[in-house]
Amino acid sequence: MNVWNHLRRDPWALAGIVVVLVFVLAAIFAPLITGINGQNPYSYHLGALDSNGSPKGFGGGISWQHWFGVEPLTGRDLFSIVVYGGRVSITVGVLATVIAVALGVLVGITAGYFGGWYDRIASRVVDVMLGFPSLIFMISLTAIVAASFPRPVLMVLIIGFFGWPAVARVVRGQVLSLRQRTYVVASQAMGAGSAHVLWRQLLPNVGSTIIVYATILIPAMIGTEAALSFLGVGVPPPTPSWGRTIGNAVAWFSTDPAYLLFPGGALFFITLAFNAFGDGLRDALDPRVNRRRSRRRQSATTTEAATTRAAG
Amino acid sequence: MRIARYIAFRLLGVVIVLLVVTAITYVIFYLLPSNPAQLSCGKPCTPENLARAKEYLGLNLPWYGQLWEFLKGIVVGRSFGAGTGTIVCSAPCLGYSFQLSTPVTELILTHFPVTASIAVGAAVLWLVTGVLGGTIAAVRRGKGADKAIMTVAIAGVSAPAYLVGMLLILLFGFRLGWLPTGGYEPLTEDPVGWFLHLILPWCALAFISAAVYARLTRGELLEQFGQDYVRTARAKGLTERVVVVRHGLRNALIPVVTIFGLDLGTLLGGAVITERVFSMQGIGSLLITAIGTLDLQVVVGVTLFSAILIAVANVIVDIVYGIIDPRVRAA
Amino acid sequence: MTEGAVSPQHREPVLRVRDLSISFAQQGEADRVVDRVGFTLYSGQVLALVGESGSGKSVTAMSVLGLLPDSATVSGSIELNGNELVGAPGAELRRVRGGLIGTVFQEPMSAFDPVFPIGRQIAEAINVHRPIRAKAELRARVEELLATVGLPDSRRIAASYPHELSGGQLQRAMIAMAISCDPVAIIADEPTTALDVTVQAGILDLLRSLRDTRDTAILLITHDMGVVADLADDVLVMRAGEVVERGPVETVFAAPTSDYTKRLLAAVPTLAELDVATVTEATPVVAAGIEAEIEAQPDASADDAAVLANASVVFHRRGVAVRAVDGVSFEIGRSEVVGLVGESGSGKSTIGRALAGLVPIVEGRATVAGVQLAGSSRRLRRDIRSRIGYVFQDPASSLNPRNRVGDSIAEPLMVHTGMSRAERADRVSDLLRQVSLPLDFAERYPHELSGGQRQRVAIARALALEPRLLIADEPTSALDVSVQASVLDLLQELQRRLGFACLFISHDLAVVRRLADSVVVLRDGRVVERGDAASVLAAPSDPYTKRLLAAAPVADPEAQTARREAWRLLEEIA
Repeated sequence: MNVWNHLRRDPWALAGIVVVLVFVLAAIFAPLITGINGQNPYSYHLGALDSNGSPKGFGGGISWQHWFGVEPLTGRDLFSIVVYGGRVSITVGVLATVIAVALGVLVGITAGYFGGWYDRIASRVVDVMLGFPSLIFMISLTAIVAASFPRPVLMVLIIGFFGWPAVARVVRGQVLSLRQRTYVVASQAMGAGSAHVLWRQLLPNVGSTIIVYATILIPAMIGTEAALSFLGVGVPPPTPSWGRTIGNAVAWFSTDPAYLLFPGGALFFITLAFNAFGDGLRDALDPRVNRRRSRRRQSATTTEAATTRAAG
Repeated sequence: MRIARYIAFRLLGVVIVLLVVTAITYVIFYLLPSNPAQLSCGKPCTPENLARAKEYLGLNLPWYGQLWEFLKGIVVGRSFGAGTGTIVCSAPCLGYSFQLSTPVTELILTHFPVTASIAVGAAVLWLVTGVLGGTIAAVRRGKGADKAIMTVAIAGVSAPAYLVGMLLILLFGFRLGWLPTGGYEPLTEDPVGWFLHLILPWCALAFISAAVYARLTRGELLEQFGQDYVRTARAKGLTERVVVVRHGLRNALIPVVTIFGLDLGTLLGGAVITERVFSMQGIGSLLITAIGTLDLQVVVGVTLFSAILIAVANVIVDIVYGIIDPRVRAA
Repeated sequence: MTEGAVSPQHREPVLRVRDLSISFAQQGEADRVVDRVGFTLYSGQVLALVGESGSGKSVTAMSVLGLLPDSATVSGSIELNGNELVGAPGAELRRVRGGLIGTVFQEPMSAFDPVFPIGRQIAEAINVHRPIRAKAELRARVEELLATVGLPDSRRIAASYPHELSGGQLQRAMIAMAISCDPVAIIADEPTTALDVTVQAGILDLLRSLRDTRDTAILLITHDMGVVADLADDVLVMRAGEVVERGPVETVFAAPTSDYTKRLLAAVPTLAELDVATVTEATPVVAAGIEAEIEAQPDASADDAAVLANASVVFHRRGVAVRAVDGVSFEIGRSEVVGLVGESGSGKSTIGRALAGLVPIVEGRATVAGVQLAGSSRRLRRDIRSRIGYVFQDPASSLNPRNRVGDSIAEPLMVHTGMSRAERADRVSDLLRQVSLPLDFAERYPHELSGGQRQRVAIARALALEPRLLIADEPTSALDVSVQASVLDLLQELQRRLGFACLFISHDLAVVRRLADSVVVLRDGRVVERGDAASVLAAPSDPYTKRLLAAAPVADPEAQTARREAWRLLEEIA
C-alpha cells in the first residue's frame, strides 16, 4: 500500500509523528534528560522562591538550573515535572486506548456480524453509554475505590472502559456495510465458518479504521486523564502529572503564567500532534472514493466522533 | 400521527433506560463498597450521622429491598428516622447529605443553575460557530478561508477547555481587565452581571467543540455536494446559496444532530471542568467537594441527576431528529 | 461528418453543440474525456447519445447545463436557442437550468432530497423560474403536473417523501419536475437504467408522448441499445470521448458503418420475435394450468442438482412477516441451466441464497445434490456448500480488496480441502487458465482489474471445488454490453465443458435466453410460468410473462415498434 507515500506528502502528519516521537522518547529517557543538570521532579528548592512562595526571577524562575522555572510553594523543577509528567500521560493514554479498542472491536465486530438480539442489546448499551456524562461517572467512581488501589491503574481501567462504546459503534457500522459486500456473502456461501469470515474477511477490512481511530483516541484519553487530574481526582501527588500541575496553576497563573504555560503547552502539543497524525493517516488509508461509497451516516461520523470525545 | 407514535416510543425507551441506569448506579455505589454507610457519613464522621446513614440505606434489608426503597424515594419521596428526628426527603429523593443535613436534591437544585448556564450558552455558541465555520470552509473548499478555518479547528480540537479558559482569563481578565476573572451572578438578580460572568466560560467550553463541529459540518457538507439530489437542485436552476443551505446544509445537519445528542454528556463534563477554572459553584464543585469530604450521598445524587438529565435531553434531541429526518419517523 | 446529417424533417434547432471538448485536470495533467463532439438537437426530436462506460456521454450532457466540477475545462460551443452557454455567467446558466432545459437523472431514489415532500420539491422548481405566489394555485399546478405524467393519485404523491414511493413513481415525479417550467429541451440521463423493464416501458412511453404532445426536444443518454431503438429518432454513438457514428436510428441499426457500432450491436443479446397476435390473445386458464403442470411434474430424480418443492422464505422486517418466496417448486437437472427470471422484489435472488443455505427455508423442501437442506447437520450443510459455486452481481465488491486475486480464488480450497500451499497455487493457475486470464493475475489486487476481469475471477473462485451447481446471480448486469457478451460466452463454454448445473438468475430475458435450457418466471415470490426456454420466451402463456417479454426493448427499431404495440395492448388488457 502507498500509505507511506501519501503520508510523506502531508507536512502536518509528518510534523505530528515527529512531535509524538520526541514526547515518547523524552518520557522514556526522562531520568537521563533531567539528569543533564542534576534535576528531578521531587526535590524542593525553597531558595528559588520569594517570601510569598512565588518563584523568583523572570518567567517563573527560568534559569540555567531550571529551564522551565520552578513550581510555586515548593520550588520543584518544572522542566522535570513536565518531562516526567509525560510518562503518566502517555502510558495512561496508550493503555486506556488499548483497552477501549480491544473491547470496542470485540463488541462492534460481533454485534455487526451476528446481528439479532445480541446486536440490539449491544447497540442500545453503546448508545446509552456514549451519551452519558462519563466524566462525572469517572469522578464519582474514584470516591468508592479503596485508596490503596494504585491510581494510575484505576485511571487506565476507568478511562479505557468508558472509551469502548465509541469504538464499538464505529466498527459495528463498518461491519454492517461490509457484511453486505459480495465477497463476504461469497465466503459464507462457500461454507466458511463465522471465525473464518470474521478473521479473514472482516477484520482486515476494518483494520485501517481501527488504526486511525486508535490514533485519534490516544490524545482523547490523555486529555481525559489530564482532566481528572486537573480536578484533583486523578493521579495523586507527588507523581508528576500535567493535569494536576495545570490544576494547581489555577491559583497561581495570574502572577506566574509560566507555571500554566509549560505543562499546558506540553498537553496541547502532544494532543495536536496525535490529531494531526491521525488526520493524515485517515486520508492516507481512506481515500475519498471509499468514503463516498460507504453508507453516509456511519462513515462521516466515525473519526469526527472520536475527536469529540477529547472535549472532556 | 406517526410523529406522535415516534415520540411515545422514545419516551418509553427512556424510562427503561433510566430504570436500568439507576439500578446499576445503586449497585455500583451502594452495594459493591464494603461500607457504604461509612462512605456516606462524611468527614469527620459523627456517630449519630453514621447511625442515620445506616438506617437510611436500610442495611438490614436484602439488596433488592434497598434498591426498591431507593427507587421509591426517587418517585414518591421517603422519610426516615423516628419521632422528632424524622427526616423527610421529598420526591425526587436522590439521597440525603448527613454531613450538611440537607436532601441532595435540594443541594443539586441550588447548584444546578450555574452549570446549566454554562452548558446551554456554550452549546448554542459552539453549534452556531461550528456549523457556520464548517459551512464557510466547505463552500470555499481549498481556498484561503477553508485553510484558515481548518487550521484553527485542528488546533481547537487539541486545546482542553481549562487551558483555553485560563488563557482567556489571563488575557481578558487580568491583562485587559474587560471581563470578570471568575464567579457567578444569578440571572434573576443581575442579568447583565450574569452575562458578563459567563462570556469567558462559554468561549472556553465552546472552543473545542466548535472546532469539532466545524470539521464535522465541513465533511458532511462536502459529502452532500456529491449527492444526486444536490445535483438535481442545481439542475433546477436554484441559486448556489439555496442549494447549499436548503438541500446541502439541511441534510448535513442530520448527522450533526446525532453527534450533538451524543455530546450532551461531554458537555456536562466540560461544564464541570469550566466551573473549576472560573471558580463557580455548580454541581461540579458540589461533586468534587463531596468526594473530598467523603459524602457518598451527594456523589451518587449528582451522578444520577446528571444521568437522568442527559437521558431526558437525549429524548429531546431524538424528537428534533425525527422532525428533521422524515425517514426516521417511519421506523 | 457533418451535423446536418440528422433527419431534416425536424424544424427549429434548439441546441447546437459544436467542437465540444472537455478535459479534467488530474494531478497536473489534463485528461480529455470528450473530444470535438458536435450535434444539433431539434424541437420534437429525440437524440440519443449512446455508448459504454467511459464514452463521455454523461459528461457531454452535464456540460450543457454547466454542471461539471471545477476541475473540468470546456472548449467549443454550446448554443441554446442561439445563446452561447460555454462561459456564460452563472445567472444566465441558472435561467437555462430547469427553465429552458429540464433534467431527468438515472437514480430516481437518490435524485430527490430525502427530507422534503415531493410536491414541495416540484414547487421549488416552479418558483425559481415562474413564481406562483398563491399557495393553493401552486399546489394545484404541482398536482396537475403529477397527473400529466401518469400519477393519478397526485395529491398523495405530492405529500409523500421520496422513501415512501417506488422507483417508477419517483421517476415520473422527476419528469413532472423536468417539465414544470415548459422547457424547450429535456436531458434524460439513463432515465430507466435503475428501473424494472415493465416500469421502464411506461417511462419511455411517457417521454415519447412529451415529445409528441409538447414538441419537446429530448437528449437521451443511455447505454441500452433497446432503449435507443424504442425512443430515439436519431443516434450518436460515442466511444472514449469521440463520436464514432451518427444518423437516423433506422439507418444506424440496419446498416452501421463503424466497426465499433457493429460490434456493439452484435454483442446485445436478442429475444425471439414477438408475435403480436399470439401474445395478445387471451389465455384465461393460465393459473389453473400452472398448478396442473406443477402437479403433473414427474418426481424429481435423484440425479437432480437441486430441487425446490413448495419452498417458502419469510423475512421479518420491523415485526412484519414478508413472504419473499412463496411456495416455489422447480428442479435443476444434472447439467441443466435454469434461468430464473423476475423483476426486483420477485424473490429470485432469495431463492439462490436459500439454496446456498444463506437464508432458511421455513416451509417446503429443498435438496441440493440429493441432500435435504432443512434439518441437516451443520457439517452436512457445510458439505453441501462445497458443492455449490456462487457468482454475484456486483464486480466492485465481489473480491476482498485486501486479498490478492490468487488468495480469493483459493479461499474455497482453504475452507474445504487440506491442500498444501503449492497444490492450491497449482489449482489457482489452472482456474485462471480456464477463465482465460493471465496467470500473473494471481498476484494482483482487485483494484487493478476491470469489472469484467473481476467477474472472471469470481467465476474461477466459484468453480474451484468443481461444484455440481453454479448459482449465478445477475453476473453480468453491472457490466458493459460488450464485456457482458464475453462473460456469457465464457460461462456457456465452461458449463458445456465441465457439465455443472446452473441456476442463472437475471432480470434480463435476452441474457437468459442465451444461456438457459429452461426458464422459471417469478413474480412476488411465486412461480407464474416455467418450461423449456425456447417455448416460454417465444410463446409465453402467462399474462405477466407476456407483459415482461413485450416490455423488454430490443435493439431493432422496427421489431421494437411491434413489441411496443404488443405491450400497449397487454397494458390495456391488464
